[in-house]
Amino acid sequence: MADYEPILLANIHKPDSHTLAVYQASGGYAAIKKVLAGMSPVDVVELVKASNLRGRGGAGFPCGMKWSFLPKDHPGPIYMCVNADESEPATFNNRILMELDPHQVIEGIMIGCYATRATTAYIYVRCEYPTSYQRLQQAIDECYAAGLLGSNIQGSPFSLNIYMHRGAAAYICGEETGLIESLEGKRAWPRIKPPFPAIEGAFRKPTVVNNIETMANVPHIINRGADWFKSMGIPSTNPKDPGSYGPKLYCISGHVNKPGCYEMPLGITCRELIERYGGGVWKGRKGKAAIPGGLSMGLFTEKEFDTPLDFAGPGKVGCLGLGTAAVTVMDETVSMIDYLHNACRFFAHESCGQCTPCREGTSWSERILTRMKHGKGRLKDLEILLNISGAIGIIPGTTICGLADGAAWPIKNAINKFRDEFEEYIKRTNPTGYMQEEPAEALGLVELAVH
Amino acid sequence: MTVTTTTTGKPVLTPEMRAEIEAFIPRYPTKQAVTLPALHVVNEHLRCVPLEAIPEIAAMLELSPAQIYDTLSFYGFFKASPCGKVRAWVCRSISCALRGGEDVLSALGDKLGVHPGETTSDGRITLEFGECLGLCDFAPAMLAGTKVYKNMTVEQVDEVAALLEAQADGK
Repeated sequence: MADYEPILLANIHKPDSHTLAVYQASGGYAAIKKVLAGMSPVDVVELVKASNLRGRGGAGFPCGMKWSFLPKDHPGPIYMCVNADESEPATFNNRILMELDPHQVIEGIMIGCYATRATTAYIYVRCEYPTSYQRLQQAIDECYAAGLLGSNIQGSPFSLNIYMHRGAAAYICGEETGLIESLEGKRAWPRIKPPFPAIEGAFRKPTVVNNIETMANVPHIINRGADWFKSMGIPSTNPKDPGSYGPKLYCISGHVNKPGCYEMPLGITCRELIERYGGGVWKGRKGKAAIPGGLSMGLFTEKEFDTPLDFAGPGKVGCLGLGTAAVTVMDETVSMIDYLHNACRFFAHESCGQCTPCREGTSWSERILTRMKHGKGRLKDLEILLNISGAIGIIPGTTICGLADGAAWPIKNAINKFRDEFEEYIKRTNPTGYMQEEPAEALGLVELAVH
Repeated sequence: MTVTTTTTGKPVLTPEMRAEIEAFIPRYPTKQAVTLPALHVVNEHLRCVPLEAIPEIAAMLELSPAQIYDTLSFYGFFKASPCGKVRAWVCRSISCALRGGEDVLSALGDKLGVHPGETTSDGRITLEFGECLGLCDFAPAMLAGTKVYKNMTVEQVDEVAALLEAQADGK
């Protein structure tokens, strides 16, 4: 794997890699021209389906299948929403693509729109990415000027407009129906599904929502074929598993010597990513734990570092999934109480407040962890936290979207995998068993006074 | 809530802001979709969205002021009274926190004499905590306007504060 040649990041080190001239000089926009010259939308959908390209945004849903759910012969308009609200903690691969190779993303969007017969695409970018916004807007302007966007592109019947849309600092806008609501000008409250966006999405029309990295893969599949794509990664193990094929942008951050975004075929182990690409754990220390794919995916212990980071791997050791494949490494000095407090605070801050179990569960988790951190934790708090984590989310069926599942997983994994450390911390910091008999409600109020 | 009030009765939206908002309308099938772009336009000009701007935006988009306010209040981004000339977000999420992000946030707050969410008394710098800014490869990181501050340390906060002051002067 040492001689793996990057595909998605092939151009980013070239000077002015964000410009149309450099992209075209590297063979850019050949794929859309190939599509317009001789492929029907159905051909494109079938090719992407055959490649088993799975969405890179977190859920891993097969992209071609998502496209095939759009109603046939719909009079239109059909919309594409590109999810560039990259907000999952520790994730920044979309930022790199948007800032350094925006045309690759736009070519993917063009092909996706052609395949789904969408005539308008909105790229929803989080407002914390001003450079991404600017680079994509420049790239779009260059495309209009070059006849690659607008009406009758390259003399074909295909017309497409792409618009940038800026978010306003809300994690929930990365949930596809939250994104759609936000795009429509409303609060970003996720919708109850069904109907799925493919049937009724943005502006009540059929809509396909795809991630930036997913779109960046599409031109390469067109140029080089499904078999080439499937020559990389981890094959499927049964007919129901779509496998983990193709290149992936892995982010690595936290306690490593060389944080960054590295490209390789799906399936590298967490340990290999840390050692070979992240330069090892910093300061000569040992690793203690790692987040496998964004904060909401839970936690690997050091012993679990050999788990492959493919779509099926993290689930085998009790994590929620591969997520965004963004690894955060924690060294041996990190307190799991601090980690979990940070995680719970994030989800309490970002819960949109629509579903009571999530709104209350995330904020109570944060308050309990804050109190615990301040030396007033009780052993029974661990049971309360586990109880909350088992009761919030779409997996137990109590919320509309998956934010709460992402809030629950760090709690489950941290307490189940590091229970001794939690118990030891509680006994050490609260040796007298302060407020042992008080109801949890009262403790919440006490905690507010402590704050 | 503190709000900026206009006592002159003059509209908050200038012709320039109106033109910028109008330009977004053809991009979407509904005028309501222009809500966030309109709020961003006003925020860029005034460094806030004063309450008085809301009925004016609503009239442009053929909505009720309550619909605009409902959306605005969902996002913590738009403030009713002006932010500083520079609005700086220090990340407090996991990858930055592991490398000292919260210490940097707190030291910078001490240096500037503000808590996160507050603006310096001279109205020049607003300090905010950010949730993951997607700059984890440069942790601990800060976003100030469109400028990224990378790999900050507590020892550097005097320097960072000076750079923020320079940014407030438009440098």
